[in-house]
Amino acid sequence: MKKSYKIEVDCANCANKMEVAAKKTPGVKDATVNFMALKMNVEFEEGVDPKAVMQDVRKNCKKVEDDCEIEL
Amino acid sequence: MTKKQKKMLLRILMAAALMLVLYFARKAFGQQVREPVWLCLYLIPYLTVGYDILLKAGKGIKNRQVFDENFLMAVATIGAIAIALMENSGDYTEAIAVMLFYQVGELFQSYAVGKSRKSISALMDIRPDYANVEADGELKKVDPDEVEIGTVIVVKPGEKIPIDSVVLEGVSALDTSALTGESIPKEVRPGDEIISGCINLSGLLRLRTIKEFGESTVSKILDMVENATSRKARSEAFISRFARVYTPVVCCSALALAILPPLFFLLLGQAPDWGDWIYRALTFLVISCPCALVISIPLSFFAGIGGASREGVLVKGSNYLEALSKTQMVAFDKTGTMTLGVFEVNGMHHSSMDNERLLELAAHAESFSTHPIARSIQKAYLEGAVFRDDGESAERKAEPSGRKLDKARVSQVREIGGNGLVARVDGLQLAIGNARLMESLGISYVDCRQVGTVVHIAVDGAYAGHLLISDRIKPTAKEAIRALRAAGVKRTVMLTGDADGVGRAVAEEIGIDEVRAGLLPGEKVTAVEELLAKKTERSVLLFVGDGINDAPVLTRADVGIAMGALGSDAAIEAADVVLMDDDPKKIALAIRIARKCMRIVHENIGLAIGVKLVCLALGAAGLANMWLAIFADVGVMVLAVLNAIRALFTKNLR
Repeated sequence: MKKSYKIEVDCANCANKMEVAAKKTPGVKDATVNFMALKMNVEFEEGVDPKAVMQDVRKNCKKVEDDCEIEL
Repeated sequence: MTKKQKKMLLRILMAAALMLVLYFARKAFGQQVREPVWLCLYLIPYLTVGYDILLKAGKGIKNRQVFDENFLMAVATIGAIAIALMENSGDYTEAIAVMLFYQVGELFQSYAVGKSRKSISALMDIRPDYANVEADGELKKVDPDEVEIGTVIVVKPGEKIPIDSVVLEGVSALDTSALTGESIPKEVRPGDEIISGCINLSGLLRLRTIKEFGESTVSKILDMVENATSRKARSEAFISRFARVYTPVVCCSALALAILPPLFFLLLGQAPDWGDWIYRALTFLVISCPCALVISIPLSFFAGIGGASREGVLVKGSNYLEALSKTQMVAFDKTGTMTLGVFEVNGMHHSSMDNERLLELAAHAESFSTHPIARSIQKAYLEGAVFRDDGESAERKAEPSGRKLDKARVSQVREIGGNGLVARVDGLQLAIGNARLMESLGISYVDCRQVGTVVHIAVDGAYAGHLLISDRIKPTAKEAIRALRAAGVKRTVMLTGDADGVGRAVAEEIGIDEVRAGLLPGEKVTAVEELLAKKTERSVLLFVGDGINDAPVLTRADVGIAMGALGSDAAIEAADVVLMDDDPKKIALAIRIARKCMRIVHENIGLAIGVKLVCLALGAAGLANMWLAIFADVGVMVLAVLNAIRALFTKNLR
């Protein structure tokens, strides 16, 4: 399942870091961060609850870039 | 500017002013005030401009994300203050200036990116906000998402068409420029299908929706453009990998630079000069931020894709933009791509009577037939086709001709097995059909030199001329091939299912190098595979099709371009690049936009890496101080961002 989320982030490098962090989160199959469109596209693994996974994704992103925000 | 940016600007200005005041104050009263007091005073502007960096650096360490630019800036500036303290030089200005310029750079970056993000999304401002649904004789504004298929909606002049629909009532002109880049308004009348995203210019239109909003053209396009930069180009992936390696490598080198040379001198029994080497190492840290690269490369692609979409060229990803720029070979489909794909009466030759009169007779004789050839003859008559003196058909007028087919004038129609028919029209005995029909009736005929389907006509047993029915070459096709050549395309190939003669004639007319005719749809894939096998590794094969029956070929080629594909879901799905109108000249334009964008990307990579390497070398040699380092860092970033924005401008490429 794929979903798209709006994000807030200030710099391109931070967006890269968020992408890496999101990809590493369990339950996420693949993730891309589009800095220009301020969007994060997440592909979830089968059978996971996107809402719960996205909470973890947000936590992990906050860890690498304090200034970011994901609209859930 | 956003609130955040304004606040930042204020902080920068305040810190800069304070720094200047302190600088002059120290010159005037340097000796009268003691050193710790000066330090405290200088810390005010330092913290004003840099407190958030220090906080973020602290959080980074806590979260074990050490190598980020905040940490680097914090270490470099605190280090500079420490050295100033140790050497008792009292030169704190450097640390403040470094922090100040770093923040100026960040501010500029966020401003420029926000600005270009806005201007690009403005280009794609085609999302309709509401639909006027008719209910109980009244209009209600409804979210387009909630409108079901088959609902009657009303679009007033000045409003956007919210959902793909068919016109029930009203005549108007539509502005399609946001979708196709075409500036001439499109006329619509009842029965026409129209696509969402156009703007209704003149009349009130009543429409019946034929798709849901999510399936409508406008949603599809927005979806595509918004997701375009998610597919990363090779150079983009290279940059993010580079950035990941670059910072740690530079940091380790900085550490080595701070420790190894002094130790070396110590072993040799000379003075280690720790302060100097640590300063050089700190200069290294200032240069270690890869900002210019990581910001300007995606921005260039984003601007390139944005600029292209303004021209009616939708590119599905940065990787395709990169591939487009390397195009050396282009394969085309014929029908619908280079030709209009409609069979029309395009000429009347050797006629023994008035051209228009003969067409009238022929159309009436064929009036009972539903054969495509018969239809095109009927259509030519009904639309009021006129012929020039040389027999070629002239441009048709857009308004209805008012002509009608009066079937009462026709009698004794007899079809002659696949060869044509004979009939009486207005008391004249007509025979209309191919060469075999003429031979079987013993009438001598004149063959046509042009390519197409020839329909001979005999009146009362005497040859009266023939009609030429053919597909028409698009008016811009020839120019399009020339433009491709000028853009550096080495080889052009046409793949067609048509007969060899027809294909060859079209290719010759518009200047295509090579023709492969008589191909079945499956054989087109094989033909493309053969071409792919022959080309060099680094060049790119483009395939351009009308997208309706070319989907497998579109996916097989390096880059598949679908043309005039608005409304065809299969084509939008299969193609990598979609031309919103069906002008073949846009192919060369797409290549030129891609080339410009890639040139900018390479310039930025070269500029950023080049300047950084020079600064690192100068810094290591002790020739560059921190001032130069931060100027180089911020300056390169500003230049790279401004350069990236150039990719948005496509006017001079047309």
